[in-house]
Amino acid sequence: MLDQTLRFFSLADANVRYVLLGSLLIGGTSGLLGCFGVLRKRSLMGDALAHAALPGVALAFMLTGSKALPVLILGAAISGLLGVLAIQVIVGQTRIKSDAAIGLVLSVFFGLGIVLLTHVQRSGAGNQSGLDKFLFGQAASLVEEDLRVMAWLAAGILAAVVLFFKEFKGLIFDAGFLHASGFPTRLVDLGLMGLIVLTVMVGLQAVGVVLMAAMLITPAVAARFWTERLLTMVWLSALFGSLSGVVGTFVSSLAPRLPTGPVMVLVSTALFAFSALFAPRRGALARWRQHRANVRRETRHHLLRAAVELEERGVRGLGLDQLAVRLGWPQGRVRRWAGRLAREGLIQSVQGRWQLTEAGRQQGAFVVKSHRLWEYYLVHREILAADHVDRPADEVEHLLNPEIITRLEEILQQERQLDITRLGNLHKGESGHRPGGREG
Amino acid sequence: MPAENGAQIPLQIHDMTIAYHKKPVLWDVDLEVPAGKLVGIVGPNGAGKSTMIKAVMGLVPKASGWVKVYGRPYEEMRQVIGYVPQRESVDWDFPISALEVVLMGRYGRLGWVRRPGEEDRRLAREALAKVGMAEYAERQISQLSGGQQQRVFLARALIQDARLYLMDEPFSGVDAATERAIIDLLVELRSQHRTILVVHHDLQTVTNYFDWVIMINMRVVANGPTAEVFTDENLQKTYGGRLTLLSEAAQAMAVPPRGR
Repeated sequence: MLDQTLRFFSLADANVRYVLLGSLLIGGTSGLLGCFGVLRKRSLMGDALAHAALPGVALAFMLTGSKALPVLILGAAISGLLGVLAIQVIVGQTRIKSDAAIGLVLSVFFGLGIVLLTHVQRSGAGNQSGLDKFLFGQAASLVEEDLRVMAWLAAGILAAVVLFFKEFKGLIFDAGFLHASGFPTRLVDLGLMGLIVLTVMVGLQAVGVVLMAAMLITPAVAARFWTERLLTMVWLSALFGSLSGVVGTFVSSLAPRLPTGPVMVLVSTALFAFSALFAPRRGALARWRQHRANVRRETRHHLLRAAVELEERGVRGLGLDQLAVRLGWPQGRVRRWAGRLAREGLIQSVQGRWQLTEAGRQQGAFVVKSHRLWEYYLVHREILAADHVDRPADEVEHLLNPEIITRLEEILQQERQLDITRLGNLHKGESGHRPGGREG
Repeated sequence: MPAENGAQIPLQIHDMTIAYHKKPVLWDVDLEVPAGKLVGIVGPNGAGKSTMIKAVMGLVPKASGWVKVYGRPYEEMRQVIGYVPQRESVDWDFPISALEVVLMGRYGRLGWVRRPGEEDRRLAREALAKVGMAEYAERQISQLSGGQQQRVFLARALIQDARLYLMDEPFSGVDAATERAIIDLLVELRSQHRTILVVHHDLQTVTNYFDWVIMINMRVVANGPTAEVFTDENLQKTYGGRLTLLSEAAQAMAVPPRGR
């Protein structure tokens, strides 16, 4: 194992160099183009395209008897495009929806491909044709000449993406606007589709038709978790793709006859899973944390509010049962949260009953006030500047900055709302901002 | 037809019919819009309002007829047209910032391959500031409210610096403050002698907002100054005998026009 690892990464073996470079190119290009495909909601189109390429490979071999990559790729490209065309015709001319059309075309072409492939294998003109590697991919079979073809294709794809990045971005985000700006969107779309075709062709031999779509989709969706910028997403996706390529190829080189495609896909899926779980903001863990923080804050606020409002009515020592009734919570929950607030020094236990501390009273008063102002705000927000409205609803206290609070208080005062006096009273505990003299 | 001296006329549509899958959605549209007007396009759902402005820009194919912009075919005049599509027409989860969306307004001038530069960015920031969105430039667009998204679209149209604007329901789903901000902006554009066509839903505000109105229901029912054509009779023709709509229309008639 160590031997193999050393041999692999020392790059002493020319074959290893080809394989490594090949998988790097494949992962990179499919990661790059995959972003556009995924964002354009064409992921399955890539899948259909790859599957539909198989009969082309077999036919090209049968017609020419050549196993040279350019020949096979040309056949693959033609039949892949035919498949895409078939899908578009079906969707355009019948009532069949695109998912059914894609499924239909994909399986028919793939079935045909398998039949032709089996035929070629059986007829076996003396030597093994080796075409079956196009099914699941065999990176180890890459030779220098294949690599040269792939490198040219990849360079072309990269150049096109760099040149037409703006156009692709415009097409995917708002095709109508791009068209109205004077760009022939059909041409741009065709160009993008063409690049996806080329990308599939680059990966055909090493990844195989069955799993090529995964290389187009997985790095892209993984990259989306980390960024809100298209440019960053594209490079990150290319990076994820390349990484999957290299690691996948290495792992598959450890065991004889282990096809590269599936291993690459597994590696990129691992990257995806990691991203989906741990990416900041968009990842599941971050979202769960955010959600939990919101729930906790809400719960604390509810409890504080209940305590303040009970005190407001002259209730001094608060019993668990009173709070439970007021909040509509089970007593166990009240006890748990009261304990937490006590540890934070917001409430204290006096002879088995809870009392707000001075700090707790201050915070509670602010919570109650925010809550009431928020209610009025929802009623009166038309009066207030709209650019304050965007903040998420759970950030009420951010939204109700002193400026808005002052404005709301003015509104409430104008309308002679009864609560203004009560809010004023509550306000006493708070430092700073105080609506002095507004009570009258 | 006045094809010769049309150079002063922002928009002429002649005998235009639009059909989806052979089913016509707009018949024989024949109209002219004079310069420097704020034009409301009204009509019931499915009347072809959006379709009409899309057809003007060649976004949907015409079955027959022609469109001229300042007396020339649309294809030659793209640079003078600004467009605000329906907000729902794009994916707001797209990884792009407000500023980048606004920069798309410069694509037409930039042409192929060239990227937006510093000057374009400056213009985009200015436009954002103009719609009250300066501090949201770097925000990803899904983190904006509906009204703010609409303002971003408007800013993008502003940096197109067009003479003829086509806007598809810029008031849909926006808060009252945004609606007011938008209408103020449109009035300002008009005062610069630009022409603005706005697909509009709310009949109550038509007399307030627009000095010219096009009433459509699969054909042009009326086209002219609001004071002249926005009548009970034309509303009935446009909206048919639908009671709720008629009463809405009646209410709209009761609103006195804002003095201008």
